[in-house]
Amino acid sequence: MSEVVKKFMYLNRRAPYGTIYAWESLEVVLIGAAFDQEVNLMFVDDGVFQLVKGQDTAGIGMKNFSPTYRTLGDYEVKNIFVDADSLAARGLTQDDLVAIAYEDMDTEEEIENIVEVVDAARVTELMDESDVVFSF
Amino acid sequence: MKFAIQINEGPYQHQASDSAYFFTKNVLEKGHEVFRVFFYHDGVNNATRLTTPPQDDRHVVNRWADLAEKYELDMVVCVAAAQRRGIVDDGEAQRNRKDATNIHPRFRISGLGQLVEAAIQSDRLVVFGD
Repeated sequence: MSEVVKKFMYLNRRAPYGTIYAWESLEVVLIGAAFDQEVNLMFVDDGVFQLVKGQDTAGIGMKNFSPTYRTLGDYEVKNIFVDADSLAARGLTQDDLVAIAYEDMDTEEEIENIVEVVDAARVTELMDESDVVFSF
Repeated sequence: MKFAIQINEGPYQHQASDSAYFFTKNVLEKGHEVFRVFFYHDGVNNATRLTTPPQDDRHVVNRWADLAEKYELDMVVCVAAAQRRGIVDDGEAQRNRKDATNIHPRFRISGLGQLVEAAIQSDRLVVFGD
């Protein structure tokens, strides 16, 4: 669709459901997959709650979109990063988060979980390396 | 330099659209190019021609429209976000059987691909919102 390949970062900063940013960010990721760019997802601050497993929205009458995150590997999203400090500040560990698998269509290589917890220095580095940061 | 502008908040409730307007106006006046202005989330509410602020206040929608007129700006409203929030053009009114439209003619409704394309084609994507 486009010859230019840029490094995209989707920076997710907010909890799901309280506001629509998380869901509408995910919609950009899904549509953006058609453009064959190099895509990183980054979860910081309350954004880490988006990846918490076992979400149940029955009580709030809203669509539970958390299963969509597990399909991101099918949309050529190869890298998903979570800020370690944000997790720790909310009493969460990687065990509380969903696992997202990725299968390379060319090499058939399978990665069980592409969710990676990284420290603040790495978050900064990844942002710095990005050509485009979509901030939600 | 070539800019893409993204606006994530509605008018009056939030300063994002005002800040984006002044930023866009200034880069254009300095001779830069604005590839596209993309309205997302509640930002789609910047596109309704039915907005009627008090006379002593700025008219956020018309101000954008005048800028777009002067510089032939491409101002795009996300279709999915617009449908949720009731921003409607002729095509959407027909497709979804609505009895009215409310979009200002200087704006157009299109898909999220337009945002991604703008980010690819521009030197900088500047996002306005919280």
